Amino acid sequence: MSELVELVGVTKAYDAKNLAVNNITLTLPRGKIIGLLGPNGSGKTTLIKMMNGLLTPSQGSIRINGQYVGTETKAHVAYLPDRTYLSGGKKISQILDFFCDFYADFSKEKAMDMLHSLNIDPSARLKTLSKGNKEKVQLILVMSRSADLYVLDEPIAGVDPAARDYILRTIINNYNQNATVIISTHLIGDIEQVLDEVIFMRYGHLVLYTSVDNIREQHGKSVDAYFREVFAC
Amino acid sequence: MAWDLGTDRPIYSQLVERLQMQIVSGQYPPGGKLPSVRELAAVAAVNPNTMQKAFAELERSGLIVTQRTNGRNVTEDVQQIQDIRANLAKEQVDTFFTRMKELGYAERETLELLNEKHCMSNNDEGEQE
Repeated sequence: MSELVELVGVTKAYDAKNLAVNNITLTLPRGKIIGLLGPNGSGKTTLIKMMNGLLTPSQGSIRINGQYVGTETKAHVAYLPDRTYLSGGKKISQILDFFCDFYADFSKEKAMDMLHSLNIDPSARLKTLSKGNKEKVQLILVMSRSADLYVLDEPIAGVDPAARDYILRTIINNYNQNATVIISTHLIGDIEQVLDEVIFMRYGHLVLYTSVDNIREQHGKSVDAYFREVFAC
Repeated sequence: MAWDLGTDRPIYSQLVERLQMQIVSGQYPPGGKLPSVRELAAVAAVNPNTMQKAFAELERSGLIVTQRTNGRNVTEDVQQIQDIRANLAKEQVDTFFTRMKELGYAERETLELLNEKHCMSNNDEGEQE
């Protein structure tokens, strides 16, 4: 099987002066949980949006499963955006039907199971849920697809530690060796032990792509501590 | 409960140590069945690939045996488990003496302290009887 994600010279310029993503070439394998790490404004979300086809690279190309990003690849990429696009007035059950219509790989049964285990009532309207439960529902929607690539933009920001544990466990439980999960975050310490590999970005550049245990072996410190050192202000 | 792992060393070697400990302490008895990689990864809240790597290491050392159809079991070789247990105990003692040396205790003084402690706990037991 070919590599899952291939980025070649990917660049995004919002205007002539600002390169949000600057000439990134990177190949990501299957079966990994990968952290996309970098300070605010380093280009993480821009990179993610290009993988989803929500933004077009100014230069370079992105292939997923050997196909250039487009309608076809969207069927195989499950994306959790950094802010919601679901309307709060809808019932959760309606949103599940919506996902069923949209994505052939969506398992309603799996989603219902996960909602049940969290005691979330599918007939509740999204806006009536707490922030933590809203985040969980959105993660459940994304993880109930059987995609090749899961791209989670800040899935654990703004939820309490218990919800964070649940989210990480959900990611681990849904892991399969043909798919890869990319998690962007700056809360590294919380997710470090769930990750295989990390990508460090700064000012749109790729700084580092290596495994978590490599960093720990070479530097004798956690990725979190190493990140603080590399990005010290 | 997620396993409490240190931040300064590779996660995988910490998982190996942790599992070793659970086996030699009898939490997983000789010949006993082990949870699947996925289950254990979820319990420990670690990456399944890292847990897999730890299992592979324990297989290499012979402590874990994989059966094609029946998952993984702890070895039935009690002698081997005892050997590993003895090694771990020895490491603990070495570490202890090193620490005491760092505190400025000569080996003789450390032994005296140990003896005192030993007598005291014997006395305690005696009083309870």
